[in-house]
Amino acid sequence: MAKEKLKLALYWAASCGGCEITMVELREKLLVVDQVADILFWPVAVDTKYKDVEAMPDKHIDVCLFNGAIRTSENEHLAHLMRKKSKVLVAFGSCACEGCMPGLANLYNRQSIFDYVYLESPSADNPNKVVPQTTNKMAEGEIQIPKFYNTVKTLAQVEDVDYFIPGCPPQPPMVWSVIEAILAGNLPPKGSVVGANEKTVCDECKHERKEKAIKQFYRIYEIIPSTTQCLFDQGIICAGPATRGGCGALCTKVDMPCRGCYGAPPHVVDQGAALLSAASSVVDADTEEEARRIVNQISDPIGTFYRFGLATSLLHRARLTKV
Amino acid sequence: MSNTTFEPRVIAFLCNWCTYTAADAAGVARMEQPANVDVIRVMCTGRIEPMFILKAFSEGADGVIVSGCHPPGDCHYTNGNFKTFRRMPLVENLLAQYGIDKGRFHWGWISGAEAPKWAELSRSFTEQVRGLGPLSWKTQLASKED
Repeated sequence: MAKEKLKLALYWAASCGGCEITMVELREKLLVVDQVADILFWPVAVDTKYKDVEAMPDKHIDVCLFNGAIRTSENEHLAHLMRKKSKVLVAFGSCACEGCMPGLANLYNRQSIFDYVYLESPSADNPNKVVPQTTNKMAEGEIQIPKFYNTVKTLAQVEDVDYFIPGCPPQPPMVWSVIEAILAGNLPPKGSVVGANEKTVCDECKHERKEKAIKQFYRIYEIIPSTTQCLFDQGIICAGPATRGGCGALCTKVDMPCRGCYGAPPHVVDQGAALLSAASSVVDADTEEEARRIVNQISDPIGTFYRFGLATSLLHRARLTKV
Repeated sequence: MSNTTFEPRVIAFLCNWCTYTAADAAGVARMEQPANVDVIRVMCTGRIEPMFILKAFSEGADGVIVSGCHPPGDCHYTNGNFKTFRRMPLVENLLAQYGIDKGRFHWGWISGAEAPKWAELSRSFTEQVRGLGPLSWKTQLASKED
C-alpha cells in the first residue's frame, strides 16, 4: 500500500445524480477506492461543508471528479473553488463535458424558465406569484440564494479542465480504468478525453449496416425495430455515427438508438451538425419537395441532434432577443 | 464603431462549377454587386457540412448563402446537389429553432450561365439582411452573465 493515500474529491453541480450512482456502481471496487484514497469532499455521501474545502491549502486535493453543468452562480463558484484546491480537475460525465440535458435549457432564458416553472405550468400553485429572488429581506436579516444564469455552461467554459470523462453516466468499467490510470500515474496529456474510445459507437454496435435510403423517420415508440439491421437504416435516428464509443454500445445492444451521451468523436467540431448531416444526406428523395416532406418529420431538430451537446455546440444557445 | 451604419456580413458558399462561375462572370462583366458578400468557393455544395453554416453564424456572419448547380442534371459530380437539397431544409428547421431569422439563410441554384441572377441575388439578399439588422452572435456568446 502506498505510503500516502490519494486525496479525492467529488462534486455535483447541475446534474441528476446519475454520475454519483456510477461511483456506487463500482460495487466492491468502491472499497478498493476507499483503501487507496481519502475522500475529502463528496456532498452526496460524505458530511463535509464548503467551508472545509475553503480551509484547505491550494492544490491540496489530488483529483477532483466534477460532475454537472454550470447552471447557477453557486455551480460556478464551486468550479473555481475546486480548481483552486485540486491538482487535477476532471469534467466527469456528460453535463460537465458538454452540458447534457441541463444544456437543453439554452433553448430558453431565465425569464421564460421562471415564468413556466413558477407561474404557468399546470402543476404550479402559486397565487402570490412568488419567483426566486437572489436577495430577500427578512426580519432576521438578508437571505441570499445563488443566481440562476440565462445560459448553461460546461465546466471547461468557466474553468481550466485537465481531463474529460464523457457519458451519461460514464460507464463504471471505464471509470475504473481511469482510477487505475490515476493510481499508476499513467495519465495522457492534459485536455484528453479519458475513459472512452477513439472510434464511434457504430464500431461497437452489433447491428449490420447496409445502404441507407430513408423514406420515413420513426420515433422509437412508432416502430418495433429489427434486432439485426442497423437502426439508422430502419429510419430511427441513431446518434451512433456522430458519437464517441466507449460505452460498449449499450443502447443499441437492446435495440434502442444511441442518443449521443459520449459526445462528439475526435475531430468532430459540432456533434449535432454532424448527426444532422448524416441523417439528412441519406434521405431517399429525388425532389426538393419530397426531401422537405421527409425531413419535416423530425419535429425537434435540436432536441434530436443536440440532446447532449447544445451547451458545447458552435452556437451554444438559442438567440437571446436582447444582447 | 457603434455610430457607423450597419454593414451586413454575408458568407456565400458557392460551388466551383456553377454559381462560382456565375459570380466570376458577373465580376468580369462588371455587374453591380455589394462588397458585403464574401464568397467561399467549394468544389460542390454536396460537401458543405451544416457545421460550416453554423460556424459562419457563430463567428459573426449576418447572413449565409449556399448556391450550386440546378438539380437534377447540372451537378458536375452527378448527384452532389441532391445531398444539398436533402440537407438544407433540415438546416432551415434547425436555424429556426436557434432563433435565427429565416431571411438570413438562402440556399438555391444558379448555373454558370446565370451571372445576372447571381448579381441580383447578392444585392437583394444583402438588403434583406440589412433590414433584419445585426445578428451579433459573437457578442451574445461573449456577453457576461447579468
